[in-house]
Amino acid sequence: MSCSLRWPRTFSVVAPRVGVSGLVSGLASALTLGLSLGLTGCAQAPKPLYSWENFPKQQYETLLGEGADTGAQIQLLEAHAEKARAAREALPPGFRMHLGMLHLSTGNASAARQLWLAEKLAFPESSPYVDTLLKRLEGNMPGATKENPA
Amino acid sequence: MNHTNHTNRKTRALTAGLLLGALAFLGGCATPAPYDYTAFQKAKPATLLVLPPLNESPEVKATPGVWAHSTRPLAEAGYYVLPVALVDETFKQNGIQTAAQAHEISPNKLRDVFGADAAVYIKVTRYGTSFKIVDSETRVDVEARIVDLRSGDLLWSGRAFATSAEQNQQTPGGLVGLLVAAAVKQIIGTATDASFKFAGVAQARLLSAPRINGVLPGPRSPLYGQPPPTR
Repeated sequence: MSCSLRWPRTFSVVAPRVGVSGLVSGLASALTLGLSLGLTGCAQAPKPLYSWENFPKQQYETLLGEGADTGAQIQLLEAHAEKARAAREALPPGFRMHLGMLHLSTGNASAARQLWLAEKLAFPESSPYVDTLLKRLEGNMPGATKENPA
Repeated sequence: MNHTNHTNRKTRALTAGLLLGALAFLGGCATPAPYDYTAFQKAKPATLLVLPPLNESPEVKATPGVWAHSTRPLAEAGYYVLPVALVDETFKQNGIQTAAQAHEISPNKLRDVFGADAAVYIKVTRYGTSFKIVDSETRVDVEARIVDLRSGDLLWSGRAFATSAEQNQQTPGGLVGLLVAAAVKQIIGTATDASFKFAGVAQARLLSAPRINGVLPGPRSPLYGQPPPTR
């Protein structure tokens, strides 16, 4: 991935400068050939497993406690989910968890619960952690008895 | 100069160019001694808990910056990666305030709380933009260990970096031009959070699969179970 991103750009800077004589341009085209052979060896670009959009950036902003207000973050993620659905692409691990947490921080515990259960369906591996979070969520719900807040 | 001679020289140049290209390729991709994957292949982790990265740089955004870029390469490698923002919340609610504290928790305890098969311990040794006389460089250096939370065994370790120096080109305008360009680049670098961008490149190099001596593909990858690449 790094190869395919980096090399062509560097090369486009080099090519016009050396294109003086037939000899040198021969060298240049040989270099291109050598580079593209290298790229074929390097770049195995299979289709991504998930639709990422700006999810890493949104995780970053949440970790920093910066960026757009929670409502706007929720809207961005919901637009992302909509786009992925239309394109029949899978949402990444943790996406529904993250969106659920944002909903929870605005007081919408039932949306959080729904999204976390959806994460369990999409990724059964998440079950132990989701169950811990759900237990905690139910413990903190108004009217419920507080049990096992850890 | 006759035509044949010209063609000969052209052919020689072509050969030299091909060799140069091949060398550049090898230099970019080849690494020595193959990694011993015995423990990794035996453990077969499916879910990964990425702990908050330890930060040895002076930049406070290094931990969140590198942490936020850990999900994508590992998920695309075929693992279920626990959501970092929720993991952060869980740690805080349990009184764990720093990355160092999180790294000290025992594998057993982490497994109890998060239910992950393995934990990813990341260390950031360099993160940020440094101003130099003729140029400023944004660079991120990371290293990682993957530890099985059931056995405590080390499954894999590696390191990677990304730097703006890889893509720098000659700037016209002599020394003054260079100084101005360097200052502007540092301002832009800081304003647009260039470090975060290079953190993404460094993390992709560190944690993507398949890579030589890299993390093995996980159960959700179409490459799961295939032998690691050697070239």
